[in-house]
Amino acid sequence: MKKTLILTTALTGLAFAASAQEVTVMSWGGAYTKSQVEAYHKPFTAETGIKVNSVDADNPATPIKAQVEAGNITVDVADIELADAVRLCDEGLLEVIDHSALPPAPDGTPATEDFLPAGMVSDCAVPSIVWSTIVAYNTNNVQGTPTTLADFFDTTAFPGKRGARKDPTALLEMALVADGVPADQVYDTLGTDAGVDRAFAKLDTIKSDIVWWEAGAQPPQLLADGEVVMTTAYNGRIFNAQVTENQPFGIIWDGQILDFDLFVIPKGAPNKEEALKFISFATDTQRLADQAAWISYGPARKSSAPFVGLFNDGKTEMGPHMPTAPENLKTALANDFEFWADRKVELTERFNAWLLQ
Amino acid sequence: MALPIYASPLERLWHYVYLVLCGLIFFFLIAPILVIIPLSFNAEPYFTFTQKMLTFDPEGYSTRWYENLLTFGMLEPGAARDGNWWSDVWQNAAWVKAAKNSVIIGFFSTILATSLGTLAALGLSRPEMPYQKAIMAILISPMIVPIIITATGLFFFYSATGLANSYLGVVLAHATLGIPFVIITVTATLSGFDRSLLRASANLGAGPVRTFFKVQLPLITPGVVSGALFAFVTSFDEVVVVLFIGSHEQQTIPRQMWNGIREQISPSILAVATLLVIISIALLTTVELLRRRSERLRGMSPT
Amino acid sequence: MADTAAQMQTGIAGALRTPDGRPLKQALAQAERRARIRAFLLVLPLLAFVLLTFIIPIGQMLSRSVLNDTFSANMPALTQWFSENPDAEPNEAAFEALVTDLRAARENRTQGAVGTRINYEVPGTRSLFTSTARRVDGLEPPFREAVLDVDKGWERRDLWAAMRSAAKPVTLNFYQAAVDRKITPDGQFARADEQNRIYVTLFMRTFVLSIVITGLCLILGFPVAHLLAVLPMRKASLLLILVLLPFWTSLLVRTTSWMVLLQGQGVINNTLVGLGILGDDNRLAMMYNQTGTIIAMTHILLPFMILPLYSVMKTIPPSYARAARSLGATSWTTFRRIYVPQTVPGIGAGAILVFILAVGYYITPALVGGATGTLISNQIAFHMLSSLNWSLAAALAAMLLAAVLVLYWVYDRIVGIDNMKLG
Repeated sequence: MKKTLILTTALTGLAFAASAQEVTVMSWGGAYTKSQVEAYHKPFTAETGIKVNSVDADNPATPIKAQVEAGNITVDVADIELADAVRLCDEGLLEVIDHSALPPAPDGTPATEDFLPAGMVSDCAVPSIVWSTIVAYNTNNVQGTPTTLADFFDTTAFPGKRGARKDPTALLEMALVADGVPADQVYDTLGTDAGVDRAFAKLDTIKSDIVWWEAGAQPPQLLADGEVVMTTAYNGRIFNAQVTENQPFGIIWDGQILDFDLFVIPKGAPNKEEALKFISFATDTQRLADQAAWISYGPARKSSAPFVGLFNDGKTEMGPHMPTAPENLKTALANDFEFWADRKVELTERFNAWLLQ
Repeated sequence: MALPIYASPLERLWHYVYLVLCGLIFFFLIAPILVIIPLSFNAEPYFTFTQKMLTFDPEGYSTRWYENLLTFGMLEPGAARDGNWWSDVWQNAAWVKAAKNSVIIGFFSTILATSLGTLAALGLSRPEMPYQKAIMAILISPMIVPIIITATGLFFFYSATGLANSYLGVVLAHATLGIPFVIITVTATLSGFDRSLLRASANLGAGPVRTFFKVQLPLITPGVVSGALFAFVTSFDEVVVVLFIGSHEQQTIPRQMWNGIREQISPSILAVATLLVIISIALLTTVELLRRRSERLRGMSPT
Repeated sequence: MADTAAQMQTGIAGALRTPDGRPLKQALAQAERRARIRAFLLVLPLLAFVLLTFIIPIGQMLSRSVLNDTFSANMPALTQWFSENPDAEPNEAAFEALVTDLRAARENRTQGAVGTRINYEVPGTRSLFTSTARRVDGLEPPFREAVLDVDKGWERRDLWAAMRSAAKPVTLNFYQAAVDRKITPDGQFARADEQNRIYVTLFMRTFVLSIVITGLCLILGFPVAHLLAVLPMRKASLLLILVLLPFWTSLLVRTTSWMVLLQGQGVINNTLVGLGILGDDNRLAMMYNQTGTIIAMTHILLPFMILPLYSVMKTIPPSYARAARSLGATSWTTFRRIYVPQTVPGIGAGAILVFILAVGYYITPALVGGATGTLISNQIAFHMLSSLNWSLAAALAAMLLAAVLVLYWVYDRIVGIDNMKLG
């Protein structure tokens, strides 16, 4: 039985090679890419015969921008954040995707109404998940139980190294929230020079204790190795380390910063047809729900919610681990994509100068 | 190094201190390379010597990380280990793919660098070569120019010419990086070459081609082979250029390692590192033997 | 004609002829020329190859440091206004040109690129372009008021100075940025604000760290090279393998080893804690900082110091030192006055080589350097791969390359490139 299975796989493998249809998808690596491979890539290949090449990057928005500007495009589909999608679309680096051609919900609701409206602001991108940046800690190494963002910046009460993403997004917001700025005023404050100075001044207080990470797979590793006691992280990575590796990690949901990840097609992608096929396949109601069985990110379609159930271990209920769970949303902040689409380049430059000082 | 008999007690003391210091420096040189070998057999996913390892308990050791090298990326890692399993390894395992790419790219760039480099070294070592110093400086420069500058230049050039993301592009780039090593080793061998042998050969009626193959080449072969090995190692170890100009198709061992190290140094990386150290030892031994053979052939120091 | 002159000058020599009747001198010159051409032809394929796959790509990349037409290509009307009004303050016509260009930019989706270009000169102005472009369709004359209504930022004089400067496709702005200069509101160049001053510091750090690493290599390499040089050949060649093995081992492998050794839960810290020398809470921070970069790079570059030192020391005859001792010098004086001066060529060769390699290092600082232990190469890579400010990357690369080439020239003068040895 197994032999026949392998044989058919091998034969279909040959068939693919003959038809040579393929699509290259760039994503964020680690547990997140794995969830996409299981929920999207494998079923897509099984159904259409199109081979999916999976490529990883720290943040796919950067390499695809470089590729399009250098005129040397190898990626067909990229998974990027909302602000980046808006920014790259504004800069003409992405193909326009017709939202009305996406598959409707099982009950017939058209796609344009089924996706969460906040994720549908760019006509170059199709949202797939809602995720968040949170602070996580290792219960074995941290003294006491940190509960707020202010605790992340308090190295007296919670001594030890901190991990943070080498990027101003989310981090500047967290610094302001920890400094006492109410959530609804964070972006107004960051829009002023004084507000930016205030955020950097707050970061200055822990600068010498920070270990910087770039790839999403790094923070759980830094926590597990004891290199840091607390770190900013993508919530799904921490969940996977908790559940599949039994790591003693805790999550501070206070001040979590919600964002979308979206599929885009770089302008001039070599396999645009296949890329479109892939995106409509991956963002249908069932696939988005399937992905939630592999990582704790919420589907970007309303109709997917009823299909979200257990983690693939067959016992962990996904609901409470989602960033969108009511319990976790109390003090959450939604990433202001307009702010970051406009200001990301400037603030990143300031951030890097600050890093080197 | 014997102490002279007239050495004062202070000098004697210093002599031993000096030997200890040298020992420590040798330790500094070699220990970091050797320390990863036992750690790659650690049964636990840590980078330290566990209690069981220190007491040489066999349970503390395992080859699981080496097995991981084979299974990572496979379609059916859990299947029975028959012919199909191995063909799955051969076709899909990420590290096996990377190794294949490294060998293919290394092989062709070595051939290119060695043939062009040897030819040029023959010209460069002729006394009548014009602008010898300036040309030598240009040909050695790929070794001196910071790799990031080379990679950046190639990125734009290859993107514009369509060579980016192709095996050919990576091969050409690695050949360029390997050329200085071929030039240096082959010209060094040629500098000890007795040119009167060429005249003797011509005197005996051999044409230049025959002289080259029958007289010159056998004598410089050791130098050419060490140059080729240097070129191969340069390609086999190169990561920055591949990162800039290669696509996922051209995933090589160093690039796979680079990804692995940046995300997490799993003990699998140590297993790869151990294998690479063994390869380096083999290559070093080969080069040393060749060097001695070359010195013997040329009748130099009898070591 | 030339023949006759040569014959007259050379007298008797001119009378000597080859069997086919040509003057010997001429035949010799021709043969020499042929030999030169033959030698050159042997080198030619490689020279062409290196020119094509190395020199030209790098030259082309460096040209990006002075060529940047992002602004002039995407803002034609304003560019024209600047060239027609060399000294004028922005008037209604200028604002009209701005609106025309922004409308076209919105159509072609280039406002982001233009804004990014100006943001390099005046930090914090990119959003001006993107947000104004979003509302540009609704603007009515008079445009000056209309644009200023959208954003007061358009009044800034440094912004207009920057746009005027960026309108020229050939520019030295990126070199100015690379030495921390910026445009002031009156269009002059001055030191950048403190928060944006990084490159001079980074160049200094690169040079200081390289000097420290070179110094450490010399301190560690000198005794070892000396020992190798004075030991009997057989023992020396055994010990030499300990020097050559690191040299042949993959750079990534050696960097990985150091990460395993240096990290918080790494071998060194665990050993020290295990022995009770360190408390569990006071583990040494040896990685993700300058310490990590210095330790790992010293180890990686040490063979490049030992090998040239060794090859020089091998040739120093012991008789000078013995003569000095027999003339009454102490062993310290002998070492200082007799031995060390003879090793200077080796010290020079090793030090310059290690320094050249150190200033251009990328991989090791990227992995173990953290934020404070990275070098200029890492910043070039950052602008290449992340910020995509390719012109600035090219300017930084040109400056680094210039420094390296000067050192390379010095190396050639002191040591001679043809004396470079590998093991």
